[in-house]
Amino acid sequence: MTEEKRNVYLDYSATTPVKEAVLNEMIPYFTEKFGNPSSLYTSGQESKNAITVARERLAALIGADPKEIFFTSSGTEADNWAVIETAFSKRAKGNHIITTKIEHHALLHSAEYLEKEGFEVTYLDVDSDGFVSLDELKDAITDKTVLISIMFANNEIGTIQPIADIAAIAKERGVIFHTDAVQALGNVPIDVKELGVDMLSISAHKIYGPKGVGALYVRRSVKLPEFMHGGGQETGKRPGTENLAGIVGFGKAAELAQANLPVHAKQLAELRDYFIGRVKNEIPNIRINGSLEKRLPGNANITFKFIEGEAILLLLDMEGISVSTGSACSSASLTPSHVLEAIGVPMEEIHGSIRFTVGDFTTKDDIDYTVETLKKVVEKLRNISSLS
Amino acid sequence: MSMYNDKVIDHFTNPHNVGELENPDGEGTYGSPVCGDMMKISIQVKDDVITDARFKTFGCGSAIASSSVATDMIIGKTIDEALEITNKDVLDELGGLPPIKIHCSVLADYAIKSAIYDYARKTGNTYKGLEGFDPNADEDDVSHGCDIESSVDAMVSEFKGSQKKEIHG
Repeated sequence: MTEEKRNVYLDYSATTPVKEAVLNEMIPYFTEKFGNPSSLYTSGQESKNAITVARERLAALIGADPKEIFFTSSGTEADNWAVIETAFSKRAKGNHIITTKIEHHALLHSAEYLEKEGFEVTYLDVDSDGFVSLDELKDAITDKTVLISIMFANNEIGTIQPIADIAAIAKERGVIFHTDAVQALGNVPIDVKELGVDMLSISAHKIYGPKGVGALYVRRSVKLPEFMHGGGQETGKRPGTENLAGIVGFGKAAELAQANLPVHAKQLAELRDYFIGRVKNEIPNIRINGSLEKRLPGNANITFKFIEGEAILLLLDMEGISVSTGSACSSASLTPSHVLEAIGVPMEEIHGSIRFTVGDFTTKDDIDYTVETLKKVVEKLRNISSLS
Repeated sequence: MSMYNDKVIDHFTNPHNVGELENPDGEGTYGSPVCGDMMKISIQVKDDVITDARFKTFGCGSAIASSSVATDMIIGKTIDEALEITNKDVLDELGGLPPIKIHCSVLADYAIKSAIYDYARKTGNTYKGLEGFDPNADEDDVSHGCDIESSVDAMVSEFKGSQKKEIHG
């Protein structure tokens, strides 16, 4: 279809490559610096110190005290821990939880689990731009409400919720507030103290760190019971021998993210806006999903009408371009995107939606190549389609 | 690209018989845009033999590939022979589809039958292979509009509970 095949990765919200500086810092912790951080001899203590440094770097990125950072295996674990343990520990006070319809499955499926355990969950609607209503949130709170969990930035459409306002409402009503900030980290300034959040989930592999390591920020005043039971790691809150190299990598990635944030966000937003501008001008019958304001800098979510997302994805993949789709046809469950459904995208248009997310290694050339390829792919599939 | 075999990929990227016949003897549509796939097949019939067939499909890679092989398969066959084609035959011709995509072959099977149903209605002919076939069956049940899967539930049941694969992260 094109003369020259390239590799263009446009799925940075799914995961990111590990940056070289991050990898270089990790490598010794697989081999010569392998000591167990719980061991009392020198190499063990060196490992322990490496974790301390990582914890400090992460704390600095989100404005926390290092003692408030607990390493986990993933953002999913952090979400499960925060939501499930808060719910059970507050059961004497009440059995009501508030979240939204557009959360990540780590949150939605934890909430569904709690419903089976007898909790009541309110799933707040979002408007057509993808934002929750603060008034609806206020109205949903009862004296039985023990937890509010609302994601910082959405993984599919990138919308950024008014986190400080939500935290203020939660505080006023004496309800714990957790936010899944996996997508926001490194893309949006986060200061947990300024925002007033009680708990916040993050993950390394979204910020050019390794997979298999996440963290939960827990405000010192919040009493969160442990989710797993074992040794004394993470002050006994999260046992299990630490993912040493992974944590070191997370720390380095956090340090880089903090240093790069202003440039990174501006660069991504420029590329994303350039991409959306070209698609809008050059491909008819499209729809941009979600607000273009208060949105993650790298995210574009676009419906190509009359054609189906998996088919688009496959043809782009053949030309070396990696993207995601909200189409049911790409999912083993055959359920289309719950996020696009929540913002009111018609079902037939959800099937034709593609998420493009740019990142630090995306170039303007990549975008040009993608737009040119996209034009051919969309035209080809529209010629085959029974819809018009 | 490991999800599909080479034959499926070939039929998806270079589909045969794309389009619409100008004055078709029979025309049928199956599926719906809401469900994510809709196949339209038109046929030309001479002396009870399908001499030409065209398709237009809104759907995923395997829906397009299924339409392509299905139209290939019916061209040159008598109506009775074409009605004997099952979704399993379409699957075999494609060299298999991932379990979750089997409904695409069912869609092709039903789209062919819908086109022949239209031909039968226009000509007043009756075919044994159309007995019990209702091209609008799925539209009668509003709450289960996308439930073509139910007809292949048995075939995919062993894969129920398999890992969901939505947008990641």
